[in-house]
Amino acid sequence: MKSQLNVSSVVAALVVAGLVLLPVYSNLSGNIFILTLFTRIVILALSAVSLNLIMGYGGMMSFGHAAYLGIGGYAVGILAQEGIGSGWAQFAVAIAVSALYALVIGALSLRTRGVYFIMITLAFAQMAYYVASGLSRYGGDDGLTVYKRSDFGGLINLGNRVQFYYLCLFCLLAVVVLVWRIVNSRFGLVLQGLRSNEQRMQAIGFPSKRYKLACFVIAGMLCGLSGALLANNTDFVSPAVMYWTRSGDLMVMVILGGMGTLLGPVVGAVAFLVLEEVLSQITEYWAIIMGPLLLLVVLFGRGGIMGMLGRLNRG
Amino acid sequence: MRTSFWLAGAAALLFSSTAFAGDTIKIGFVSTFSGPTAVIGNDMRNSFELALDHLGRKMDGKPVEVIYEDDQQKPDVGKQKTEKLVQSDKVDFIAGYIWSNVLLASLKSAVDSQTFLISANAGPSQLAGELCSPYVFSTSWQNDQTPAAMGLYMNQKGVKSVFLIGPNYAAGKDMLAGLKSTFKGQVVGEEYTVWPSQLDFSAELSKARASGAESIFVFYPGAAGVQFLNQYSQAGLKEKMPLYTAFTVDELSLPLQKDNAIGVPGAQEWVNDLPNEQNKTFVADYRKKYTGLRPTYYGAQAYDAAQLINSAVVAVKGDTSKKDAMKAEMEKANFKSLRGSFKFGNNHIPIQNFYLQDVVKDADGQLSLKTVATIVENDQDRFHDKCPMK
Amino acid sequence: MLLVVEQFLNGLQFGLLLFLLAAGLTLVFGIMDLVNLAHGSLYMMGAYFAATFVAWTGSFVLGGVLALGATLLLGIVLEYTALRHLYGRDHLDHVLATFGLILFFNEAVRLIWGPAGLALPLPSWLAFPVTILPGIQYPAYRLAIIVVALLVALLLYLGVMRTRIGMLIRAGASNREMIGALGINIKLLYTLVFGLGAALAGLAGLMQAPILTVQIGMGENILILAFVVIVIGGIGSIRGAFIAAIMIGLIDTMGRAFLPNLLRQVLNSAAASTAAPAMSSMLIYLLMAIVLVARPEGLFPANRR
Repeated sequence: MKSQLNVSSVVAALVVAGLVLLPVYSNLSGNIFILTLFTRIVILALSAVSLNLIMGYGGMMSFGHAAYLGIGGYAVGILAQEGIGSGWAQFAVAIAVSALYALVIGALSLRTRGVYFIMITLAFAQMAYYVASGLSRYGGDDGLTVYKRSDFGGLINLGNRVQFYYLCLFCLLAVVVLVWRIVNSRFGLVLQGLRSNEQRMQAIGFPSKRYKLACFVIAGMLCGLSGALLANNTDFVSPAVMYWTRSGDLMVMVILGGMGTLLGPVVGAVAFLVLEEVLSQITEYWAIIMGPLLLLVVLFGRGGIMGMLGRLNRG
Repeated sequence: MRTSFWLAGAAALLFSSTAFAGDTIKIGFVSTFSGPTAVIGNDMRNSFELALDHLGRKMDGKPVEVIYEDDQQKPDVGKQKTEKLVQSDKVDFIAGYIWSNVLLASLKSAVDSQTFLISANAGPSQLAGELCSPYVFSTSWQNDQTPAAMGLYMNQKGVKSVFLIGPNYAAGKDMLAGLKSTFKGQVVGEEYTVWPSQLDFSAELSKARASGAESIFVFYPGAAGVQFLNQYSQAGLKEKMPLYTAFTVDELSLPLQKDNAIGVPGAQEWVNDLPNEQNKTFVADYRKKYTGLRPTYYGAQAYDAAQLINSAVVAVKGDTSKKDAMKAEMEKANFKSLRGSFKFGNNHIPIQNFYLQDVVKDADGQLSLKTVATIVENDQDRFHDKCPMK
Repeated sequence: MLLVVEQFLNGLQFGLLLFLLAAGLTLVFGIMDLVNLAHGSLYMMGAYFAATFVAWTGSFVLGGVLALGATLLLGIVLEYTALRHLYGRDHLDHVLATFGLILFFNEAVRLIWGPAGLALPLPSWLAFPVTILPGIQYPAYRLAIIVVALLVALLLYLGVMRTRIGMLIRAGASNREMIGALGINIKLLYTLVFGLGAALAGLAGLMQAPILTVQIGMGENILILAFVVIVIGGIGSIRGAFIAAIMIGLIDTMGRAFLPNLLRQVLNSAAASTAAPAMSSMLIYLLMAIVLVARPEGLFPANRR
């Protein structure tokens, strides 16, 4: 275990430390918006971590991961509109419905592989998108404003920016630890075995589909959680959070940060979203810089940011 | 050089709040500056800038700083930009908003922080009714008003039946409902299309033709209006089923619609040839400052928004912490509007005239919009009763 | 009944257009194993080139031919400078890199042509409705699209089935390593195929331009539909792409045309009006999911081993 003090773990530790200390900076400088921005980044990093679980460790390239953001968000929004303000109920429903959705589409999608898997997950997410657009009672295409954030009694007040930020950060770190435990368990090792050679694992006697499905459902539940947080953060949920471009954004975050590494998706989410914000402050034409930058990362930086840092360490 | 470029961006992100407001008036402006509808946002920005020029770029002697933010025509992005303006830039006013769904998503952030929001275009029915707020004003209209005026005009012309087509989002539904509220003939059919991605209307046009209705009414702002008129005339419907519109033909779409737009009537609260002095100055100066471009109603509304803000700032002598006094002043609509004078209703939506406009060829052979008649005077939206403010 | 015929034509025309877009995509995907998200950008560039050249030459046909040439050239340059370095890499790398290209192309267009979009007016010799059956009028230009697209499909079929290059292409689609082993100049073949795909996308863009406007981002929504088509058809199969494209075109149009009335019989009118556009957009994804669940490699898998 010589790799414990390499550049990439130092950077990852710095990112985490920065995230923990951010509210202090925000408070000292009076810059509230940076906290709002980073709350969003932390929440999307959580979804990226969950996507990395199936993409990086399970070998399942899902192009429909944003569907869970919407499911979680709508669970909060719809229940709030119907007068059920309890956060426990809202979050439980968000996670349970995500699990159910993941179970159904996972069971169907896992019949396919490769690009066909990418496309079938996209198809299901698009269907979820159009179902939400058709919910005329809940705003249809226009989305739904959440007038009251989830209520967790006296435990935590989601209306307080700092408390809410730390809740999101706690969720993110808890999920990272969870993924770490999963990946290093027997279950996780089988999963990674499946990714490198499914036929061999099947021949040894592992029911490959059941393992993959379980992984798929866990990732869906985690992303559903992040959807519920996201709806609370924006006080708003609309079908747009499920659109395929959003799923694409999540994939980009994972690949940019480094697929199949524990903290890669977190680094990727921070890099992608901060870059987007910073570039759009400098120029309206930010995409003309962002686009080629992504191309360059692919061409010259295999393994994303974490991969590049790893090489830095060796070279 | 490159380092300073990155630092500038990072600094803007980290330290933007440290620049203290103090003696400047800060205004946020949220509109669409990217994608196919960026032309609308650009026109609003042009007119807003022109208004500031006319004010000497000062309000009550204080310099004005405007921060423009791009909502990408997406509700969630608009919401995020509004929060940034309120929390990070700590603006005194936010203006802009083309799209009803973007405005509805952003409303809570502005109202909760007690920042004045001036809608220079979007006018969803909720804003006029149950979601009305002391902090929200409109220099445009409530969505229903314009199509309702068109419905009145169709009654005057003796139109017996109509087929309605519109996009499936907040404003689209309001627009078709607005027409139905005044049109006395029969509504034969009603179709909603996916917004903003659906661009081919052949299925809807075929249905309209098959319905046997006497006429068609549509609402398609921006590029969609160009496409609709293209396809409508290619289908050979122009001679058979006359088209009536709201917000479909304007100075931005006209250069692309060309002859397709001739003879297509529309209703509007502002037309470039309205005969008041401030409007003449506005149109002349706009065409001088932005060569080759013509102002639109979007721009006229943005111009009015700047003037409304100015009236409030002047009334409190630049002390923007006096919210109640500013609100009271704005409710008087005490400024020279480009559409002539108007009053605000209890819900802060204008009570105003609507005109019939048509497309004609200029002296220099260019197509332009002309006022034909006044359809209705001092029209108030039909949701003001639902607004709790009295 | 007349309405059904008319809507059928609408669907057919849309389907054929999708085919032009999907044909190039499926070839590139099948032969080079490259997921090219920027294919939609080539469609957009075709439309922008056409609008520019038509305005410049004053002739729709001449401008169209120039635009085709320009898109072909752009495709070749793109392949030569960027995409050829991606062959053999992971699909995800393709997705990320070509996603970057989409951003780049959109902004480049905005810088060059401005944000407003362009108009490509119909040539007057095609701007009239034709009576195809008593009681049915159909725009001549849309009929022209149907004819041109069918012609291109036929040429493509003959080209792929009857010529030597076509044979290599087919060989490449079913077994990539093999044609390399046979000593074929594979790099040149790849460049040619990519250029052909770009030209087909450009053709779709320039033909669609007079119906829709020419605008930034016009490629993205239709790109996803093109991917749906090639996946339903089976990657690498021209025949599959053709059949799937027609299927998608018909289902999408027919759904939009007739679903609202069906829904109104079960739901109240207001709810039906809101739900119908969403439901009919969903149909094609439903179709894709059903096809893939039943046949996980599409309808006509090209590289059966």
